[in-house]
Amino acid sequence: MVLVFVETKNGKFKKAAFEAVTYGYKTAQVLGTECVALTIGNTEGGGQLGKYGASKVYQVTGDSLNSFDSQSFTSIISEVAQKLAAQVVIINHTSTGRSLLGRLAVRLEAGSVAGVNAVPTNNGSFKVSKAVFSGKAIATYEVSSPIKVLSVMGNAIQPEEIGGEISPENIEVNIPNSKIRIKELKTEEGIVPLPEAELVVSAGRGMKGPENWGIIEELADVLGATTACSRPVADTGWRPHHEHVGQTGVAIRPNLYIAAGISGAIQHLAGVNSSKVIVVINKDPEAPFFKAADYGIVGDLFDVVPRLTESLKKFKAS
Amino acid sequence: MKFLVCVSKTPETTAKIAFSGDGSQFETSGVNYIMNPYDEWYALVRALELKELHGGSVTIINVGPASNDAVIRKGLAIGADNALRVNAEPNSSLYIAKQIAEHAKTENYDVIFCGKESIDYNGSEVGAMVAELLDLPFISFANHLDLEGNLATVSRDIEGGIEVAEVETPIVVSAAKGMAEQRIPNMRGIMMAKRKPLSVVEPFDFADLSVPVHFQLPPEKGGCVYVDGENMDELVRLLHQEAKVI
Repeated sequence: MVLVFVETKNGKFKKAAFEAVTYGYKTAQVLGTECVALTIGNTEGGGQLGKYGASKVYQVTGDSLNSFDSQSFTSIISEVAQKLAAQVVIINHTSTGRSLLGRLAVRLEAGSVAGVNAVPTNNGSFKVSKAVFSGKAIATYEVSSPIKVLSVMGNAIQPEEIGGEISPENIEVNIPNSKIRIKELKTEEGIVPLPEAELVVSAGRGMKGPENWGIIEELADVLGATTACSRPVADTGWRPHHEHVGQTGVAIRPNLYIAAGISGAIQHLAGVNSSKVIVVINKDPEAPFFKAADYGIVGDLFDVVPRLTESLKKFKAS
Repeated sequence: MKFLVCVSKTPETTAKIAFSGDGSQFETSGVNYIMNPYDEWYALVRALELKELHGGSVTIINVGPASNDAVIRKGLAIGADNALRVNAEPNSSLYIAKQIAEHAKTENYDVIFCGKESIDYNGSEVGAMVAELLDLPFISFANHLDLEGNLATVSRDIEGGIEVAEVETPIVVSAAKGMAEQRIPNMRGIMMAKRKPLSVVEPFDFADLSVPVHFQLPPEKGGCVYVDGENMDELVRLLHQEAKVI
């Protein structure tokens, strides 16, 4: 049995949740078993997880579980995994998942792989791949323990409609008290966080100053994309740190990455080269980023970006 | 207060990554190594700042071979008081975490720091594993940490925002950008580091459960298609019809 712990935000499911369930379903097929989903906290709409491949949805509810603590969540997920004799436990490679993975590995005495990017194979041994060296290479891991824990990279797999809605069932587990008290939660509503974003518009030093970012924000707005930036831009305070993508910033793998005025240093490429399609806009035809690009525009970004925004507006209207 | 900082050695950020012909080994020749940036810039420096505020000591721990001593000495030059190296060639996060927990379980550290992830295997697992092995709370991706007595106030990065929490020490914290500013060791620090204690202990046996068995470089891009900067309608057409991403 494959157990998928499905994350929620304010009780609601995000796309990453459906990705994890579809990943769990495909892993279960490889192992010739079924995929079961688990939700923790008070959630709405757990039944839809059936559509993405869960044959059962278990829920552990309680007001004390609406805020996340790696210690109490590890206890709950491990107890359910042991009760159901799970062979593989799957979580998302998000800030939540990344604080759980190591704990689950210890608690379940399981081999773990963090940030897997493809469905495992099981021909004699259990193998699964992930990006390493911040995206500069791909490694295949062999996991030898009877139970395994995997965290799935965002956008590594697309949710697929496999089954129909099902009714969530309660499951009895011990709920430990959390030692962490959440004081404040500040999130920007309406913006897709970078690790989950399918479309990203990014800009670098070629912008000359923070006051010029209006054209980038407008392009992102028309596309419905999330904005990002290069490290020098974040370091000089032109843009907030959480927008920094690259080796020491956020690693992303959107469907479309548009980079304007970024030369493409190796550290930047490491964080973005898993993007499906890369568009580079730069006035220097020798910019190294063009070597990693699918589409390149050699030109002044202050002309090209507004023109692209206009063309997209026309396209969206048609 | 007692602080422990877990550090790892990684290829420098500009290193070209290559593998042996059969993909079984990382090619180490010509690669320069550094202390993992998250461990050095954020975890170590915040531990030093907290020691300067509250008194106590900062210990560095590394699980690795003797060739890691240069990186450990740099940590001592930046200001750590002493260091411990577990003499091993680790192949998994769990192996490393088990060695660190084995040391830490009798030392009563108030805060155990690590970086948010290492830039080589990008697992971000060691901190969570050490926390679980020692049955301690774990705060991941912390961008700020203050201590008042045994009360820690921590701000951490979550998707699309931040979360502020309170928790009593002892705790394990993984440090992200914003936690501190990089410190460059000065000549006095470098001289003093040579005399600071760096003890070496042998590991205890643990059989890995998950190891990398094959490496490859990402598939090459098919080459860049150039589009005229005057003709953005064409780019939109390509993104829609050919690449199918919009």
